[in-house]
Order: sequence, then C-alpha cells, then structure tokens
Amino acid sequence: MTNSEKYDQAFIETIGVTADQLNADLLYQSVPAWDSVGHMQLVAALEDAFDIMLDTDDIIDLSSYDKGKEILAKYDVGL
Amino acid sequence: MFDYTELLEQDPFGLPHDEKAALHAGWLASLTAHHREACLSYDRLCAVLGDTPALPVRLFKEYDLKSIPDDEVAKTMTSSGTTGQRVSKIYLDRETSARQTRVLAKTVSAFTGKGRMPMLVIDSKAVLKNRNMFSARGAGILGFSLLGRDVTYALDENMDLDLEAIYAFMERHQGDQAMLFGFTFMIWQHFCRALKDKGMALDLHGTMIHGGGWKKLADQNISNEEFKQAVRETCGIERVCNYYGMVEQTGSIFMECECGHLHASVFNDVAMVDPFTFDEVSRGRGLIKCTSLVPTSYPGHVLLTEDEGEVLGEDDCPCGRKGKYFAVYGRLQGAEIRGCSDTYERK
Repeated sequence: MTNSEKYDQAFIETIGVTADQLNADLLYQSVPAWDSVGHMQLVAALEDAFDIMLDTDDIIDLSSYDKGKEILAKYDVGL
Repeated sequence: MFDYTELLEQDPFGLPHDEKAALHAGWLASLTAHHREACLSYDRLCAVLGDTPALPVRLFKEYDLKSIPDDEVAKTMTSSGTTGQRVSKIYLDRETSARQTRVLAKTVSAFTGKGRMPMLVIDSKAVLKNRNMFSARGAGILGFSLLGRDVTYALDENMDLDLEAIYAFMERHQGDQAMLFGFTFMIWQHFCRALKDKGMALDLHGTMIHGGGWKKLADQNISNEEFKQAVRETCGIERVCNYYGMVEQTGSIFMECECGHLHASVFNDVAMVDPFTFDEVSRGRGLIKCTSLVPTSYPGHVLLTEDEGEVLGEDDCPCGRKGKYFAVYGRLQGAEIRGCSDTYERK
C-alpha cells in the first residue's frame, strides 16, 4: 500500500467516510464520526500506519483531511 | 484581538508576581470588554456587580451565558450534577475548545515532559458512549487522552477491573514511564480498593494525575497522604499529582507540585474572597475565586466557586515554580451565593 492509500485508509476506517468524501471539504466535526472520540481513533490509526508519534500540538492542529497531510510531512511522511 | 499564540509560548510557571499581574490586568480588561460587547446578560451583570465581577459558578446553571452566536456553538459541556440538580451549561466554539486543550497540554507537560506517555485511564470506556453530550467526566478523559498514547481503559462497563486490558498494557510498556489518569474517587474505589480486595499489586511506573474533588473521600476521612500511599501500594506509582479544576474553566487547571501545593499558572490565577462581603482576603481561608484567560465563547474568565481554600504563598514554593500556590479545603458548608434563588444540596 502506498503512503497515500494508508492515509486514506485511516480516515475510512476510523471516521466512517467513503473514498469520495476524502477531499478539502472534509473537516474536523464536518461528519458525525469525526468528533473528539473519532479524532483520537484517527490519530491512533495514523500513528500505527506510519509508525510515528505526533506532538500534542499537531493532534490539536489536525483539523482537516488536507491539514493532516501537511502535518505528516513534518514527520517525513511523504504523501 | 487576543494573542493566544504568544501567551501559549510562555513558560506556564515562569512569571514572577509583577510581570504576571501586569499581563493579567491587560488580558482581563480585554476579555471583559469582549464579553460585555458579546453577551448582553454579562453586560447587565457587570452593570450591577461592578466591572469584571467574579460570577458565581451557579449562574451557569440558571442562565445561558454565551458570547457567540448560536450557530458557532461547536460543543456544549455540562457539569455532572446529581439527579434533581440543574447542570451547568458551558458553550464552546471551536477556538475556545481547541485552546482549552492547548492550555491543558502546556500545563500538564510542564510536570510530565513533552513526550506522550502510554496512558492508562482509570475509568470505563462507557463514559464516552453518548458522543453528542459529554459529561465533565467524559470531557476530562478526552482532554487528557491527547497527552497520552496507546490510551487504555482499566475498568470495564461495570466499573470492575479489566485485568486482561491492564496486564496487556503492562506487557506492551514494560519498563516505560506511563501516565495514569482518572477521577480521584473512581481511582480510590474502583482501582486501589478493588486491587486491595483481590490482594493484588501492579508493577507500574510513571505519574498519576487525578482530579474531580475530594468530597466523597473526605466523607470517608481519606487524606491526600493516605490516597498516595494506597496508590503506591496497589500499583507502584510514586508520583501522584492531584489537580483542581472545574468544567466552567476546562483546560486551565491547577496542578499539585512535589510539595503538595496546587499551583496557578500563567494562564490562570486564584484569590480568596470573604463569603459575606465578597472582598478579597489577603490571608486565611476564603471562597476560591478563579481566573482563566482561556474562554472567549462564554463569560467565564473570572468565577466565584463554592469551594473553600487558602493561598499559601506566591513565587516562593520550594518546587521552584512561580505564581500563587494554595490549598483547597472542599465545599464551603451551606455555601449560599447571594442573588441566586435555588437551594443548595445540604448534607
């Protein structure tokens, strides 16, 4: 699986979205399952998938599908 | 309008009295101006009670106090009031909610370090079941969860020990420093006592952070020292930090240091108030008045609690942290805040 596929997979599995919802409009709290509980599940899935540990500040900043890509770049995860 | 980025870069416990007083005076004036502008009820309260009044926390039970339009409310937090009591409703927009978490993270990591430690929550996952309406308990767990990793729940749906989960957690993190988090009474009742009843002792290392009040333990005459000893004996954790905080000022908590003192940070402050005259007292016990620079979505920057406390000193705690340090003695018996009509749950 490519990094990009892993990234998408994490969203699909944890916040219950379909592949066609993965775009710039996908924001924290824009779908019911991406609430504060879902957020922690998403973070755990991303950390597992890329074997990284996010800083607390980055967890709080992870406010959209696009923003997450920017954050992962800081951890040398190219998407 | 408010430069929180700069505020959040401050060392939470690095500002001596004069600098902190100047910083807070400026922030409080701006926050009051903002809330008077944005919340009509608050503006009226200021007209009656004077500028930047300490709002009795129970006002949040009786009135919908918010400084944002309805469509910007991202989350409503409620206090965990007992049956028949009205609960506080605290309205958060995304900014205030995210800021609460940032301030919590800054404050706690000044004690535990920046890295996210494996975290064992001494509670049941069931607390988070209703995802639309969190109690203060659920919100507390979620807020702290951000500071940990591999967040594992130590209790099952019936609040019994989930030994399988606990042992698996210990197996995964052998020799690591862990963070244990929970509410004081839950830890005592469902963790320490449950382990003791089973004659078990766990081998954990790291820090335990707990809060939520001593009322139920004080009723059983359990002191902070006895609590710490029970934690040491049942799970091996030597470093136990209590914190004082409330749903009305989520995030800006007061942490207990190595000397057993609760500390104000650069983000918050305390003062003691005479319960009859409402004047601030310079020494001795009083009602605890809490200041927080965090909330912009509701006028909760200066609150009068119903707890009794005492300021023990400022800038000179042997632990080295600047700011006021204090003790909390619990709910003031028969606390009654003038101007409010509902009855207080008396014992």
